[in-house]
Amino acid sequence: MEIVDRVLAGDRRALARVVTLIENGAPEARAILAALHLRGGHAHIVGFTGSPGAGKSTLVTQLVRELRRREQRVGVVAVDPSSPFTGGAILGDRIRMQELAGDPNVFIRSMASRGSLGGLAASTRDVVRALDAASYDTIVIETVGAGQAEVEIVRAAQSVVVVTVPGMGDDIQAIKAGILEIADIFVVNKADRPGADQTAAELRMLMSLDTHRAERQWKPPIIKTIAANGEGVPALADALANHQRFLAESGQLASRRGQQARSEILALLNQALLDRLRAAVAPAEWDQLVEEVIARRTDPYSAAAILARRVGLNVEG
Amino acid sequence: MTEQTAERKIRVLVAKPGLDGHDRGAKVIARALRDAGMEVIYTGIRQTPTMIVEAAIQEDVDAILMSILSGAHMALFPKVMDSLRQNGVDDVLVLAGGILPDEDIPAIEALGIRGNFGPGTPMQSIIDFVRANVHTERLTRALSPLGGLSGESSGATPGESAGTSAGAGASGQTAG
Repeated sequence: MEIVDRVLAGDRRALARVVTLIENGAPEARAILAALHLRGGHAHIVGFTGSPGAGKSTLVTQLVRELRRREQRVGVVAVDPSSPFTGGAILGDRIRMQELAGDPNVFIRSMASRGSLGGLAASTRDVVRALDAASYDTIVIETVGAGQAEVEIVRAAQSVVVVTVPGMGDDIQAIKAGILEIADIFVVNKADRPGADQTAAELRMLMSLDTHRAERQWKPPIIKTIAANGEGVPALADALANHQRFLAESGQLASRRGQQARSEILALLNQALLDRLRAAVAPAEWDQLVEEVIARRTDPYSAAAILARRVGLNVEG
Repeated sequence: MTEQTAERKIRVLVAKPGLDGHDRGAKVIARALRDAGMEVIYTGIRQTPTMIVEAAIQEDVDAILMSILSGAHMALFPKVMDSLRQNGVDDVLVLAGGILPDEDIPAIEALGIRGNFGPGTPMQSIIDFVRANVHTERLTRALSPLGGLSGESSGATPGESAGTSAGAGASGQTAG
């Protein structure tokens, strides 16, 4: 395919167009992705997550500058939320990243979440696949500002950076179950503010309570940064390089990739089944079943079993 | 699960070229386009032509809307249009708004920039204009070749070949 060749040859417009086709779920996207998948697998895929306003975009910008100094080519995928009412979105992550815009070795793409929860858009992983094939050395995914349970990034990234800021005291307690568990690296950003040391100490304390730590074999470093002036960013880049090395040497890169591939195949099967179901069952019939469930003439389990039989599946009713 | 098949979103870059720092108008328009269901990439103030064109390329937008109040439009708009042409971008609707004197409008339109919305333009007319004029077929036809990089297409348009021999991205080095 011509467009695939152009992506592989480093044509930025072709890459940008492929990303659009992926985002839109265009019919030709599948074949393009299939071809691109075979050419990827070299990039270090890094996820950034954390609450809105923690400084993710500024930190990502500084990290990209640092990685450029280390002569890496860097791709950035920045996700912002879509309006649940109009489907529109304002994608503002570029505001902080525009200083990188003239560099031919940096490619930045903003994505709207388009209804997905979990901090990413449904097609983010496929967009990363395209950037990977275009041979960016590091690909940074910046999630929608996330709170407690937006942990989709684990399934897309190899190294997850959780960005927090001082003075969120109780919030750290609150996030310990979700976001805290997925961190490979912690960043305490805005470290010039009072309370940064305390936040770092609290994180250290929480990690000491993590019962899974031994089996993970990796102790997430806690790095203090001031993204606004770049302080601590070289240490962050070092920590990411360390984690990348750890993943490769420990065999965890292979197992993460295995899990990700498995979940991707499952998601595609899910979608295929749902598509078949939609084709097989008329909307009126759906509505009829929903009515029956509401009226308590039947139950959701039996309704699902009836529908499943339409596509040849036997589900216990 | 949401329907993901072939959804077509209009993507618009809202940019403030040049040095004026007043972006209230740009933000209001960005918000209005968002509320009309579009995906708006907002790049902030003080954008060079290179920054605007690079963002438009990487974000693969359907339209670029430049807001300018400083009076530097005749210095900046031609640079943006030249750079788009040099990069082979021929399918993006380029619009302008802000303080654009009537006597400059013919020259701006001659550059291929449309709309030219002045103060007091109703939001709905901007939204309608974008919807009516984006190249809806642009995603289904083949991408035009990259000007400058392969060297095969640059002969078509006069006055664009100077200084771009190092490739498409090299012009970005002047940003700043």
